[in-house]
Amino acid sequence: MRNIWTIARRDFRAYFTSPIAYIVIAGFLAIMGWMFFWNLSHFNLQNLQYQQFRMGKGASITEGIIRPLFGNMNVIFLFLVPFITMRLFAEERKQHTIELLMTSPVTLTEIILGKFLSSLLLVGTMLVLTLVYPITLFLTGNPDLGPIVTSYLGTIFLTGCYLSLGILFSSMTENQIVAGALTFAAGLFFWLISWASQSAGAVWGDVLSYLSLIGHYNNFGQGIINSTDVVFYLSFIGIGLFLTHRVLDSFRWR
Amino acid sequence: MIQVSHLTKMYGPRTAVQDLSFEVKSGEIVGFLGPNGAGKSTTMKVLTGLMPATSGTANVAGFDVFEKPLEVKRNVGYLPENPPVYSEMQVEDYLDFAARLHQIPSAATKAAVAGAIEKTGLGDVRKRLIGNLSKGYRQRVGLAQALLHNPKVLILDEPTVGLDPKQIIEIRQLIKSLGGEHTVILSSHILPEVTATCERIIVINRGKIVAEDTIERLTTRLKKGLIYSMTVRNPQPAAIDSLRRIPGIKAITAEGARVGIEIAPGAEEIRDRVVETAVKAGLGVLEFSAERVSLEDVFLQLTTIENETTTTGA
Ligand SMILES: Nc1ncnc2c1ncn2[C@@H]1O[C@H](COP(=O)(O)OP(=O)(O)OP(=O)(O)O)[C@@H](O)[C@H]1O
Ligand SMILES: [Mg+2]
Repeated sequence: MRNIWTIARRDFRAYFTSPIAYIVIAGFLAIMGWMFFWNLSHFNLQNLQYQQFRMGKGASITEGIIRPLFGNMNVIFLFLVPFITMRLFAEERKQHTIELLMTSPVTLTEIILGKFLSSLLLVGTMLVLTLVYPITLFLTGNPDLGPIVTSYLGTIFLTGCYLSLGILFSSMTENQIVAGALTFAAGLFFWLISWASQSAGAVWGDVLSYLSLIGHYNNFGQGIINSTDVVFYLSFIGIGLFLTHRVLDSFRWR
Repeated sequence: MIQVSHLTKMYGPRTAVQDLSFEVKSGEIVGFLGPNGAGKSTTMKVLTGLMPATSGTANVAGFDVFEKPLEVKRNVGYLPENPPVYSEMQVEDYLDFAARLHQIPSAATKAAVAGAIEKTGLGDVRKRLIGNLSKGYRQRVGLAQALLHNPKVLILDEPTVGLDPKQIIEIRQLIKSLGGEHTVILSSHILPEVTATCERIIVINRGKIVAEDTIERLTTRLKKGLIYSMTVRNPQPAAIDSLRRIPGIKAITAEGARVGIEIAPGAEEIRDRVVETAVKAGLGVLEFSAERVSLEDVFLQLTTIENETTTTGA
């Protein structure tokens, strides 16, 4: 456990010695802020119309603001995670520092978990910064706490899957750009898979929609924690990290 | 401290190291000598647990490298060919990280880092970013990292590469001072390097051990007989021919006033006859001396012999 933390701590700090983390966080906050206030004003307008003219339909804060907010956040993470994970192993391999890690009394599993934890901590930092939006909602209105909590949880799981994919691709190459591009492509693939599921046959449709990353988020967005979704996300993360282990171990044998 | 037996390492179909067996005793400083591509780095990577061998066994600090890799890693300090340093970190932070990786108790970390900085002369750059350091200083940071946890065994892959002459002398002195307390294996393709620091050398070429001995014994063992050199006043061909007739002489070469005399192994005691004959023939002996075969020659001989046998074998 201490070893995992040693590695996570170094990598987390390394984020802030390069401009990437600042750019990622600043971009994230800017887009999120813009989305939030746009949603908020749209929501207010809608409710105003509803109250005055009984036009359209009135929406709850959960439906009108929280859901779109987290929906947007999940898309933004799809774009940002490649920047977060691309250097994790690619850079170690390029700089040969992987040899320091691999000849230290630390297991490969600990190294991978340390890297994963560091990227999760960065995402966690970003999520903590978004707390300002629900706090704003609580100060000005009366939103449900449940869906907010589960949305955060779902976002952590979903982003965890992207991170796991990103770490896997980062372990495969010394080239950060290649790692980042593959991560984005794979993330997009698992995101869009649910569309294909609609046109596929019954059996394949079920398989594909089960594999869809975003499909498993829906329950979280509605305030429901379903064990199927949790198991899916944890398995996805686990498989990604396991494959990373296989990849890195196979380099030793070559 | 280190036992290697029948170690073979293949990269795909290509054999990098073949059937290597050797031993290093506790406190010894041993040099791995061999030309580019000989398999020095590969052997070291196997010893540090960085990569598994294809066959054979290696035992370091009492633990099998394949069965107890973590125990081996705890007891080994390793400086790879490319110093494994993070360019975006400060020297001190990097060493602190390395200390944590080696699970040095937090109370002892500061002292360990300070000690390594002191030993490798990094005091002036401790707060600098490693990426901004010169190659030589980065090499020292790598070395400091290897020494940090005071390991029983040090495996140093070309430790003085990239250093300037003054630094080379300092680092060699440092390595020498490590002997006794630590067991050291270092690799090099530069002969003076191993002669300056090591007690024993293992010469490898094309993945095989060609010779393994102390430097003195290697030098004598490999002399193809003894070579003497004589400087004469009148190098007449007829007089030189009379030397050729002495039994036990293998070859005579004449280049101006310098006559090279190669005596067959076991016939060392004909030296007086050589001088006597030369004086009688009227060569006018000015100087007579034994030529020491330098390690450089030994090395050249070793590797060329090996090449000949492999090419004829193939
Ligand atoms: N990762 C690899 N994949 C394939 N072949 C390799 C690999 N690493 C080394 N080799 C080959 O194995 C042989 C031994 O290489 P090694 O690096 O051990 O030599 P070396 O003695 O350290 O050489 P140098 O003095 O150049 O550092 C060489 O023929 C090399 O081409
Ligand atoms: Mg080498």
